[in-house]
Amino acid sequence: MATLKEQLWDPIAGFGVTFRTMFKKPVTVQYPFEKRPTAPRFHGRHQLNRWPDGLEKCIGCELCAWACPADAIFVEGASNTEDERFSPGERYGRVYQINYLRCILCGLCIEACPTRALTMTNEYELADTSRESLIFEKSDLLAPLLPGMEQPPHPLRLGDDERDYYSGQAAARAVAEGSVAAGPGGEQ
Amino acid sequence: MTVTKGNEPGTELADQNLVTLTVDDVEVSVPEGTLVIRAAELIGVEIPRFCDHPLLAPVGACRQCLVDVPDAGNGRGFPKPQASCTLPVSPGMVVKTQVTSPVADKAQHGIMEFLLVNHPLDCPMCDKGGECPLQNQAMSHGQGETRFTEKKRTYPKPLAISSQILLDRERCILCARCTRFSEQIAGDPFIAMAERGALQQVAIYENEPFSSYFSGNTIQICPVGALTSSSYRFRSRPFDLVSTPAVAEHDACGAAIRVDHRRGKVVRRLSGDDPEVNEEWISDKDRFAFTYARQADRLTRPLVRDPETGALEPASWPAAFLAAARGLAAAAATSGVGVVTGGRLTTEDAYAYAKLARTVLGTNDIDFRARPQSAEEAEFLAHAVAGSGLGVTYRDLEEATKVVLVGLEPEDEAATIFLRLRKAWRTNGTQVVAVASHATRALEKVGGQLVRTIPGDEAKALGEAGLAPGTIVLLGERLARVEGAFTTALAAASRSGARLAWVPRRAGDRGAVEAGCLPNLLPGGRPVADAEARADLAAAWGVASLPGEPGRSTDDILAAALAGEIGALLVAGVEVDDLADPQAALDAVDAAGFVVSLEVRASAVTERADVVLPVAAVAEKAGSFVNWEGRRRPFEAVIPVPHALPDTRVLAGIAEAAGHDLGFRTPEAAAAELAEVGVWDGARAPKPEVVPGRAPRTDPSEVVLDTWRRLIDDGRGQDGDRHYQATARPSVALLSSATARAFGVREGEEIVLRTDRGAVAVPAGIADIADGVVWTPANSNGLSLLGILGAAYGAVVTVERSVPADEADALSGPPHPHVPTEEDEQ
Ligand code: SF4
Ligand code: SF4
Ligand code: SF4
Ligand code: FES
Repeated sequence: MATLKEQLWDPIAGFGVTFRTMFKKPVTVQYPFEKRPTAPRFHGRHQLNRWPDGLEKCIGCELCAWACPADAIFVEGASNTEDERFSPGERYGRVYQINYLRCILCGLCIEACPTRALTMTNEYELADTSRESLIFEKSDLLAPLLPGMEQPPHPLRLGDDERDYYSGQAAARAVAEGSVAAGPGGEQ
Repeated sequence: MTVTKGNEPGTELADQNLVTLTVDDVEVSVPEGTLVIRAAELIGVEIPRFCDHPLLAPVGACRQCLVDVPDAGNGRGFPKPQASCTLPVSPGMVVKTQVTSPVADKAQHGIMEFLLVNHPLDCPMCDKGGECPLQNQAMSHGQGETRFTEKKRTYPKPLAISSQILLDRERCILCARCTRFSEQIAGDPFIAMAERGALQQVAIYENEPFSSYFSGNTIQICPVGALTSSSYRFRSRPFDLVSTPAVAEHDACGAAIRVDHRRGKVVRRLSGDDPEVNEEWISDKDRFAFTYARQADRLTRPLVRDPETGALEPASWPAAFLAAARGLAAAAATSGVGVVTGGRLTTEDAYAYAKLARTVLGTNDIDFRARPQSAEEAEFLAHAVAGSGLGVTYRDLEEATKVVLVGLEPEDEAATIFLRLRKAWRTNGTQVVAVASHATRALEKVGGQLVRTIPGDEAKALGEAGLAPGTIVLLGERLARVEGAFTTALAAASRSGARLAWVPRRAGDRGAVEAGCLPNLLPGGRPVADAEARADLAAAWGVASLPGEPGRSTDDILAAALAGEIGALLVAGVEVDDLADPQAALDAVDAAGFVVSLEVRASAVTERADVVLPVAAVAEKAGSFVNWEGRRRPFEAVIPVPHALPDTRVLAGIAEAAGHDLGFRTPEAAAAELAEVGVWDGARAPKPEVVPGRAPRTDPSEVVLDTWRRLIDDGRGQDGDRHYQATARPSVALLSSATARAFGVREGEEIVLRTDRGAVAVPAGIADIADGVVWTPANSNGLSLLGILGAAYGAVVTVERSVPADEADALSGPPHPHVPTEEDEQ
């Protein structure tokens, strides 16, 4: 048998919480009509970065694929040629896929990447209705072309060879020419 | 890393002079002359190393294998660490490796630091990354942190030392494995160490590419990523690859290979390690020619000719089986069926054809020889080869006092034999004698002598080769064009006590002989003419009787089809340009009432066939080859392709649709049945008795054609890799200086070789070749001699000096149907 307190006082106390809260500012977010920025280091969708002239940073080395604990990344490299250059140096990533049905957004691939080609954005809307649409291709992952960037393939614009790019001279030249705003190597 | 395999198998350790020494406080006894690095391996200590390779002479170039030797066996120690890969053991020696000696460990760390001073940090770019001895040993025996802050030495990269092999000099650690391999094993010293000190580098001679049929092995043994191949460059990482042991399918050597595939696509092939066969080396053809099965002309669906439109229409497997079975059964009941199988089949598939021909089609008209052939050859195969088991082996070649090559150019036609002959000559002083029109580069590389002959005169010349007990005679398939050659060789061998071996050119040839794909032979070496052998096989197969009439050879089958005597043809993997008379063969296929073709890729035969059944390429099925030694070389499927059935399965389907049971459906079951049927232990077929012929007589305007296929040529099995194809040697027509003078030809000038079929223009080369003979490759650079001239080994061709203007266009002959595709399929 419930006590008198339980029968009379407890419901009033309970509704009291409800009543008090009605006058507080709500924390509910009207997602997806309204979006909040994430924490700045939130692990979201990946991005393949570009040099300031638009060349790709990825060299197709597969170290990200090697590091991935979920086996979510597939990379196949290929040779740049004089006529068709996608990245500075000899090698570029011809095929680049991340399977977001597998990816656990741990960021180990980002740590493995020797060229800082692969970084993560804060984009978290990674739901869809088919398997195909969740395997992101290189074209889906590449950073958008900013002003001053040119869609590869194209020749080296910011130096004579890949050394100029890797040593930072390319970025310096791009800033000097005013084609891009100063920033760490064109990462966006 | 390579691990030593004791010493020669069969030799008892006790027989040899054993030396006892102490390595890391463990006493070990090893044969005299063993190197310390190997003695350490025997007690399970791996000393880091780069230049050391058990099949190459020690050089001590990298210094990574330093060990401490406190006692050299004479009570005194070496004052400084010693390279264990050049130091032979001595009794009472005390060796301390990095495991027990801080001195050795520090020395090894020091050397590693030196090696890394100029080594670039481009592992992410490098093909070797992930399977690199330098990476691995830098982890296990290196500092971890570099103290080198200066600028590293760099070179422009990569340097293409041939169209297939690329050299990144800055990655090279100067171990000299590649140069030692080229000099010692292949005998092609086109790369060498140049410069000194920090600038030392591997280099090629000016204007001379690294032209070697074995160049790919240097990539495999390079302990860093300094040597890479154009076709595999940047394609994959070791952890992506699934490796399958397999057997090379391009020649009859049976070389062990390793096939690496990624996502259903073969990306590279490496040499396997089989000390009894190919040791650790394979030819570039075995290594790089694997893209043929994924060309655009690959057949993927059964095709049946529509009786109304006359076009080949895709059909279901059951419908195609039924169509093939109906047509073949109808012809078998009336005029008969001829079966031409080509030399690329696995033994199991060949057995399925042999059984189908005898039991379902009721004929002995079956022949695997899709090339010029002779009745004498068939008799020789029945008498001396079929069912004879393991005969002359690679080891026998190595130990022979003398090896005589007749109708065989080892480097082009049997690359593994070439390497063994070179090893035999270098280590054992084996004398190599070639009965041929001229001494090839290969013959020089095996230190061989020439017994000069004109094509057709081999039988006579064999007498001059000096056969004796301990001599091995290798007979090539070209001798089918030489009357009496096999007869003479058999007689000469039995007289002198020499041993004979038949070296065919294709992987499936010997297996086809064993499986009974010959008009005079049943499986297991049973002669068709022998009623007892037939009864034995009929009992094994559970049939009442087998056809007793000897069948027709390939040429006769085609001639009979042309004449309307044979109603239907069953053709497997035959390229018409390989046949003695390609035009007649096409006419015969056209004339035959019904043609069934089992093929991997579209061909001139599939275009004309009534039923086309796509079959699996070698990498897609299990099976076995029998190599020239008679050694069975089984292999598993590398990549399963659902639509690609092995020939065995397809033939079983046809047999079932015709109301018969072949008795097996899979290669495994076929192999089991063939083993159960076993080899014939009754009387062997009689020897061939053919009176030796002579070389053809020639007019002053004519010469005798000497020809064979080069290792790298236009064969369809080599389609699809342009880097590899670019390493083919240029065509040349070799003439003696007297012959050249007689025709007024100078070196380098184009000459025209002509028959009544057509003509080819080839630049002339002057060589020390028999007078009245021209040598030119059989199928190189778009010039298929059989296809254009209809001329094979020993044929007579006319020579003209220059090109009459009005014929200049017509000269190259019909456009070659299989010009290599421009791009290798990505
Ligand atoms: S974030 Fe983690 S799971 Fe996702 S691709 Fe990178 S390594 Fe793989
Ligand atoms: S993203 Fe980075 S780690 Fe991945 S393949 Fe490209 S360069 Fe290599
Ligand atoms: S290229 Fe490779 S095999 Fe040749 S010397 Fe250099 S490291 Fe050794
Ligand atoms: S392995 Fe001994 S010196 Fe290179």
